[in-house]
Amino acid sequence: MSVVNGGRPSEAKVVFYNDPRIRSLFFQLVLLALIVALFWFAYDNTVANLKKRNIAQGFGFWNVEAGFDISQTLISYSAASSYGRAFWVGLLNTLLVSGVSIVLATILGVVIGILRLSKNWLIAKLATVYVEIFRNVPLLLILYFWYRGVLGLLPEPKNSIIFPGHILLNTRGLLTPRPVLGDDFIYPFVAFVVMVLIAIGLSVRAKRVQESTGVRPKTGWLSFGLIVLVPSVIFILIGAPLSFDIPVQGRFNASGGMSLAPEFVSMVIGLTTYTAAFIAENVRAGILAISKGQTEAAQSLGLSHAQSIRLVIMPQALRVIVPLLNSEYLSLTKNSSLGVSIGYPDLVSVFTGTVLNQTGQAVEMVSVTMLVYLTLSLLTSGFMNWFNRRVALVER
Amino acid sequence: MKKIIAAAVVAAASFGLVTAASAGTLDNVKAKGQVVCGANPGTAGFGVPDQKGNWTGLDVDYCRAIAAAIFNDPTKVKFVPLSSKDRFTALASGEVDVLIRNSTWTMSRETTLGVIWAGVNFFDGQGFMVNKKLNVKSAKELAGATICVQQGTTTELNLADFFRSNKMEYKVVTLGTSEEALKAFDTGRCDAYTTDRSGLAADRLSMSKPDDNVILPEIISKEPLGPLVRQGDDQWLNLVKWVHFALLTAEEDGITSKNVDEKLKSDDPEIKRVLGTEGKFGESLGLSNAWVVQIIKGVGNYEEIFERNVGPNTPIQLARASNALWSKGGLQYAPPIR
Repeated sequence: MSVVNGGRPSEAKVVFYNDPRIRSLFFQLVLLALIVALFWFAYDNTVANLKKRNIAQGFGFWNVEAGFDISQTLISYSAASSYGRAFWVGLLNTLLVSGVSIVLATILGVVIGILRLSKNWLIAKLATVYVEIFRNVPLLLILYFWYRGVLGLLPEPKNSIIFPGHILLNTRGLLTPRPVLGDDFIYPFVAFVVMVLIAIGLSVRAKRVQESTGVRPKTGWLSFGLIVLVPSVIFILIGAPLSFDIPVQGRFNASGGMSLAPEFVSMVIGLTTYTAAFIAENVRAGILAISKGQTEAAQSLGLSHAQSIRLVIMPQALRVIVPLLNSEYLSLTKNSSLGVSIGYPDLVSVFTGTVLNQTGQAVEMVSVTMLVYLTLSLLTSGFMNWFNRRVALVER
Repeated sequence: MKKIIAAAVVAAASFGLVTAASAGTLDNVKAKGQVVCGANPGTAGFGVPDQKGNWTGLDVDYCRAIAAAIFNDPTKVKFVPLSSKDRFTALASGEVDVLIRNSTWTMSRETTLGVIWAGVNFFDGQGFMVNKKLNVKSAKELAGATICVQQGTTTELNLADFFRSNKMEYKVVTLGTSEEALKAFDTGRCDAYTTDRSGLAADRLSMSKPDDNVILPEIISKEPLGPLVRQGDDQWLNLVKWVHFALLTAEEDGITSKNVDEKLKSDDPEIKRVLGTEGKFGESLGLSNAWVVQIIKGVGNYEEIFERNVGPNTPIQLARASNALWSKGGLQYAPPIR
């Protein structure tokens, strides 16, 4: 046996098909080819069978006139708009209801999670009862409860509950005056933006002063005055360029003004109350994961209970909470597809519901909808991972 | 590794089998021993299970008539309740053999969904129901109203068309099923509820206070409802089509479930052909020549089915109107069995 390479025995010459690396590469390629073939076959089979059964295929329907109306549209839409437009209307409705609910559920969830750990027996138990009820009832029932059981009991339009300021509440939703901005409204608005920027500048400067001298100059009242008073004074000086479109009682319901439909409100309340119960548990878990010594250390430094939670416990607990929150947000977005059961026109209701039925192209509709939810989920995950890296404690 | 490859091969082979398996629907039905019908989950008079789980209704009896023609037993059926939104996919994918679920015959459905209608078992039209309190006398007065509608129907489109062509504003609340839409109307979410007028008559009865609601006189669309099958199986299409025509022909010839045995002795050549004592009309459909006798003994003729489920003596109280025979001023007409 010859000795080369610094004393190690040279590798025995093997035929290439006995080389384990080449072998494993070969088999992996074969497997890959089989998987690709399988998918291609499934695709080809679907297309061929749809064709054989005279079922329309492709995305030719996208620009065809939809011919149906949608109750809530964030972009202009009418029955004369296209199916493609209806898709965007549905998608925006999904994003709206998910976005609003995520914000509210996070706030409510964090509050309840902290309350569950309260030393006050009554408050802690009430928070526990909340979590147990909402976590253990199916979301669909919660939606029915709010839609039919609570908002369904509101009075008919003829007997609306009237709040001061021309605000009406009835079975058709909450109607409020709609602000109509005059052309000159731009001036106070610009002033407001400028003042906010100045206030941010002040706060940055205050932080610098604090870091160099240890004393933080008080900026709160000054900033408040700048942001609120300056635009208000300008607004009044140029003659208050703002009027209101007030809802007027018609034959069936008040017209004009702005309205908040009960379907949307039920969805937001339902998704918020349900998801908040899960978020509360995540928050509780995150806080309990921090050793008790941290609280004791914070208290021995003279921090109040609130301060110790805000400055010591929460920053560490977030490491545990944020990844869990991510999955709650994903579930919430996907759960918003239950909207159709209470008449909320989300993506699934409009696109996988009405459009699918009118065009009959189930394969295309379901694929597009799956792709949308996949994209939304990946975007949410991506954002939460970025956020997690930002809030993660830098270990020194 | 070998296992994975084997699994892939098996999976590929099973895809191949799916492609190959497309024998005639009639043979499949005979092999299964029952007809699988797509049914309405709950429209009184047309298709609804009672408290014991027995299905009743005009559409349901059509399904039983098909079973009677094939098996001489109207109970050899299985009903699959389908929502408006899922019905065509269920038929196209082979989940049901025939869809008899007050489905409107339209051109786009027949040219893009891969389905084909076998006939019209009920001529209908879309209408509106409102609460009497609103004092609305005509659909033209509905400008500004909020209207509840079920998703995935021609109703949704006709509604938009009606308000567009009359240049009226309205608000729509679209719900997943007819029960949810009706419930929303019943709880006051909407001023009006719209669907086919036969459906309105049935749905009104399931409201909390039926007498507080009134159906408006306008008919805003043509809704020919009927049984439909998958395209590409002409034998099965013929069978469903001719079961419908047989029900009409029996009414025309005065053959009922009560007198069918007597009529078998008739010398009338038309009745002999219909009841199969002469000719081989049943065999040409792949059935027994006594197919019409089996149907009539099983469910009766069209008139009997209509009167039993939706006629004036039922809670739904629909008149024959357009659904009378052509000879009595209606639209129901069957080509001759000869």
